[in-house]
Amino acid sequence: MAGTTHAVWTRKDLVGIADLTREEIEMVLDAAPQFGAVSQRASGIKKVPLLQGRLVVLWFHEPSTRTRSSFELAAKRLSADTLAVASSTSSSVKGETLHDTLANIEAMRADITVIRHSCAGAPHLLAGSHRSHIINAGDGRHEHPTQALLDCYTMRESVRRRTGNPDATLDGVKVAIVGDVEHSRVARSDIHALLKLGAKVTVCGPSTLVPRELERYGVGVTHRLKEALEDADVVYSLRIQLERQAKALFPSLREYIKLFRIDAESLRHAPDHAIVMHPGPINRDLELSTEVADGPRSVILQQVTNGVAVRMAVMHLLANSGGAAR
Amino acid sequence: MSLVIANGHVVDPASGLSETMDVLVADGRVREMGKSLRGDETLDARGLVVCPGLVDIQVHFREPGFESKETIATGSRAAARGGVTTVVTMANTNPPIDNAGLVELVTRRARETACIKVRPAACATKGMKGEELTEMAELKEAGAVAVTDDGRDIRSSAVMRRVLEYAGMVGLPYLAHCQDEDLSDGGTMHEGRHSMLMGVCGIPREAEEIRIDRNIRLAELAGAHIHIQHISTAGGVQIVRDAKRRGARVTAESAPHYWSLTAAAAMGFNTHAKMYPPLREEEDIAAIIAGFQDGTLDNIATDHAPHTRSEKDVEFQLAPFGIIGLETMLALTVTHLVRPGHITLEKAVALMTTGGAQVCSLEAGSLRVDGPADITVFDPEEQWTVTPADFGSKSANSPYLGTTLAGRVKHVFCDGRPVHTDKR
Repeated sequence: MAGTTHAVWTRKDLVGIADLTREEIEMVLDAAPQFGAVSQRASGIKKVPLLQGRLVVLWFHEPSTRTRSSFELAAKRLSADTLAVASSTSSSVKGETLHDTLANIEAMRADITVIRHSCAGAPHLLAGSHRSHIINAGDGRHEHPTQALLDCYTMRESVRRRTGNPDATLDGVKVAIVGDVEHSRVARSDIHALLKLGAKVTVCGPSTLVPRELERYGVGVTHRLKEALEDADVVYSLRIQLERQAKALFPSLREYIKLFRIDAESLRHAPDHAIVMHPGPINRDLELSTEVADGPRSVILQQVTNGVAVRMAVMHLLANSGGAAR
Repeated sequence: MSLVIANGHVVDPASGLSETMDVLVADGRVREMGKSLRGDETLDARGLVVCPGLVDIQVHFREPGFESKETIATGSRAAARGGVTTVVTMANTNPPIDNAGLVELVTRRARETACIKVRPAACATKGMKGEELTEMAELKEAGAVAVTDDGRDIRSSAVMRRVLEYAGMVGLPYLAHCQDEDLSDGGTMHEGRHSMLMGVCGIPREAEEIRIDRNIRLAELAGAHIHIQHISTAGGVQIVRDAKRRGARVTAESAPHYWSLTAAAAMGFNTHAKMYPPLREEEDIAAIIAGFQDGTLDNIATDHAPHTRSEKDVEFQLAPFGIIGLETMLALTVTHLVRPGHITLEKAVALMTTGGAQVCSLEAGSLRVDGPADITVFDPEEQWTVTPADFGSKSANSPYLGTTLAGRVKHVFCDGRPVHTDKR
């Protein structure tokens, strides 16, 4: 996809992967390495002045450590000021509306607002009618676009390293996503991004946690882990949210482990070159065994490192070449 | 003072009339119908349809309790704009209409403030809690024309059975909102590919169909008349069709949004496409149309459900269910059912007049000499684009804003009084 490097970023907000074109996704992936390099400077000065004097507000309605830290660090490495707005009333019906809270945030001259919310569509509600650049850091079970971008970046890096081709793309790369797909915003965003980038996606998990409608979009659906892993280049393990079991969506952790855990034994079905990914935080030895999580195939910590670079790229594109903030 | 509505295409489903003629109105009544009539004033209705004032048996006027959304006065204005001269108001107000005093309050407020005829439905259970029966005989005496826990289904089958038995004795129809809340489980839109893409909890068709079937079967057991509200699914239509074939006393309706929009309208988290039951898919629309064609569905009702702008301008999951519908019912019927040739104009008028009137035994929905001069005059051809200025409602929560429709209400009379004249 050489030649797309001349494309220009025009979006004001990043609310989902579903709206993006392949070119836009690649624009972010192509911009990320230079920001990755900032974090690894030999001088130890891990900062560039691209967002100097700007205000990035981190507005998290749901608890989050990793995503929030990653955004905060990305903003700081771009020299922006950051302000964390905690909100405990995530889905209270009464109280201040999202519009009002954001209007208040913007009255403090926020340039970028990073929002996480338990309700699907919350960033979309805001994006149309507010001045600052909105970045969706996860909305309900809908989307988590920066996670998908950092995942695709990590997969592409791995393919490029393995093939020795510095221009390799994700075309034809086979990705198996395993676990609770139904309730996963990571899975939704990853599927959108991977399909746009030409990868082949298979999802696998208990029938109560995998939406059948995915087949309509050309995603393979299976409930047999062996089948999902057989030709996978990437094995992507999703986090099992323990409250799902409380709702009786699957019978027991024991049976889940038996049927769906990624461990040394189940990974025998995957090709030797297959890498293992996870969005974190891991339930060790539940969806993913410790030996695999810490083993040579795991790129889980690279995902975290890349997350900062990709989020720097996103903030830079939105604030410096994106549709002007109003 | 008398008025001649001259040379209109007069459609009266009750008598089977459909021809060009004049209608003479005086003292609030229809005095004569025929050719070359004379009166003090003349309204030229050439090219227009003249029909009985429309009847909508499912509206939410929110009074008492939610007057910021709608009142009986503003709701009746919305009705008049839509050519509707008789409505049945739902009882899920605050407090809910579950005793005779509250029925009298609604009828009194209607008398004082409404420009059209407002007939209240009352709750079937006290406080709409689905537990104890209301005093239905007294409710009827006070003016209730139906009982319903609309907005909720009655969870206990035993309570539902008793409600139907008692309502049957009293002679009131039960208007059934069919929803298995255990199965819909917090869902806020149709379960299918759109809910999957949006990451929104879905409501499967079965949540509605299971209860349509249960409620009809209990009505059969009780020997009572049950009316199924706002059917949205193909399976729901089929369940009613089968029940009618075996002789159940069941009638059923659907609302304009269920044949003019699909779940796709919710994409982008459009809260104006959030209602219960949810918008479904193309195959459901086809089945609803077939239901109108073969008489499975008896009437059109809007489920006019006003909500303020700030209530709807929130996270999809938190927004209230429902849209307004009175002002757009006729145009959506003409545009999506009549113009494509699915049903005749006469049938459409019947679905919006006699159909609902019969369900609730209302003296409304027909044009006859000496009958009340409730008359709607509309242009079946005129195209218009929906704007907030077209709404009489206090609220504007409509998914049709900006949509161009055919069929425009021009003049509306209630007991001979002009209650709406199109200013366009």
